[in-house]
Amino acid sequence: MNLQNILSEIENTDPDVYGRLDTRRNAMKGFAKTSGKIALASIPFALGSMFQKAYASPTAPTDLILDTLNFALTLEYLESNFYIKAVASGIIPSGDATTALTTIRDHENEHVNFLSTAITAAGGTPVSFTADQFDFTAGGAFADVFSNYGLLLAVAQTFEDTGVRAYKGQAPNLISNNTYLTAALQIHSVEARHAAHLREMRQAAGFLVPSGVTVKPWITLNQSGIGSTAVQASYDGEENVTQAGVTITNIGGKNISAASASEAFDEPLTKDQVTAIVTPFFK
Amino acid sequence: MLNNEKKEDQPVLIEGLAKPFSRRKFFGIMGAGTAVMVAAASCKKQDSGTVTNNTGVDLGSGDTGILNYAYALEQLEAAFYTQVIATPYTGISAMESSYLTDIMYHEVAHREFFKAALATKAIQGLEVNFSAIDFTSRDSVLGTAKAFEDLGVSAYNGAGQLITNPDYLTLAGKIVSVEARHAAWIRDMITTGSFGGTDVVDMNGLDVQRKPDDVLTIAGAFLKTKINASNLPTS
Repeated sequence: MNLQNILSEIENTDPDVYGRLDTRRNAMKGFAKTSGKIALASIPFALGSMFQKAYASPTAPTDLILDTLNFALTLEYLESNFYIKAVASGIIPSGDATTALTTIRDHENEHVNFLSTAITAAGGTPVSFTADQFDFTAGGAFADVFSNYGLLLAVAQTFEDTGVRAYKGQAPNLISNNTYLTAALQIHSVEARHAAHLREMRQAAGFLVPSGVTVKPWITLNQSGIGSTAVQASYDGEENVTQAGVTITNIGGKNISAASASEAFDEPLTKDQVTAIVTPFFK
Repeated sequence: MLNNEKKEDQPVLIEGLAKPFSRRKFFGIMGAGTAVMVAAASCKKQDSGTVTNNTGVDLGSGDTGILNYAYALEQLEAAFYTQVIATPYTGISAMESSYLTDIMYHEVAHREFFKAALATKAIQGLEVNFSAIDFTSRDSVLGTAKAFEDLGVSAYNGAGQLITNPDYLTLAGKIVSVEARHAAWIRDMITTGSFGGTDVVDMNGLDVQRKPDDVLTIAGAFLKTKINASNLPTS
């Protein structure tokens, strides 16, 4: 390994590198001092740490931020793998339905790539999952998820509504870092767009339980329109009509029903709540 | 400066937030936060003010300013949908009428919530200018609705990082996802499957975020009342 060559290469790409590393001489001195004491095999790690410090974002990410991003990445892997199988299932009607699920699948794949890259760039280690680590039947609760279109949409809706609640719950953990907070918010609203569209698809396709219930793009009270108690934890709490101590029902003398008041605000879930919801989908 | 300000600010805010919010406490906390913000304002980097100048309704500074900024946008949306429902466009379907009524109630709820939460710190009611909108035309109404909802989503996404109190951040999060649901549905009503089109979701799967100045430039075209955003935090 020729450190001089490596530094020269980086200098070509980033003329500022010595500013970041102090000076070339000090960088070399510092590195020589360290590398004299460590095993040859560790040198790449020592180098990595030197550059990581130089290129770290102005506010270095904390363990809390990296853990939060990895939690988000875990959920994105779940969604991404679900839609990959869903689109390939052969039961999605061609046309608008296939186009929509393909769009959503692609967004989830982009979220996986984006978060993995962000975590690596921040000096963390991104989690990684392969397709065979998931059980989308949730231990048999949704046994025919990839052969029953209505069930497939119901599971998709639950994943998206849960994802929205999960990101919302995690946002305060990122408040100290503008970059990661903003990125998480930008993913959060895309998940909400997905949720709305899937709910439209379910309303149009008509697999709703109890029969006669209307599933709108927004969540009414704690209704899912899904005939399985397995999903209820993803909707419990959405019936809330009090925000920051202010009662929203009929607020300001306006004719706001409890249903409207609940629809107007989505509710967060804690990491523990989300983990309990998604755990059955991991082998 | 802002980092120091955040640190100074936190103990004051967190002390009151450890317990469940009472309405009275919420106002008390808002007041304490504002006092610190005002004290810090003299040495805080000011917005360069390319679009908004120092005349007009002052949104204020710190978290209060951001909540007033949200209140201003919710006023605009609520006024728009109230008009949409009062004078439905030609050929409106039962489903469109029902869902647009829902959205009107959501936006009115958001507006009234901010008004109540901000109490004496709330800006005045804003006068709107909808002269560019043809309320008899489905294309005009849904096109405007789409613009407002996508703008609202981008505004909350961009404002999150300007908020220092985690509870306000959560509140903003509770609202922005509902705005995104509105945006998705309205876009689908215009063009099926455009809920997350490439004009709003980039190649990393990220939605749009905008800074207050950019948002107010767009929203300002629909407001008679001038807004002064020059005291809002900028990072």
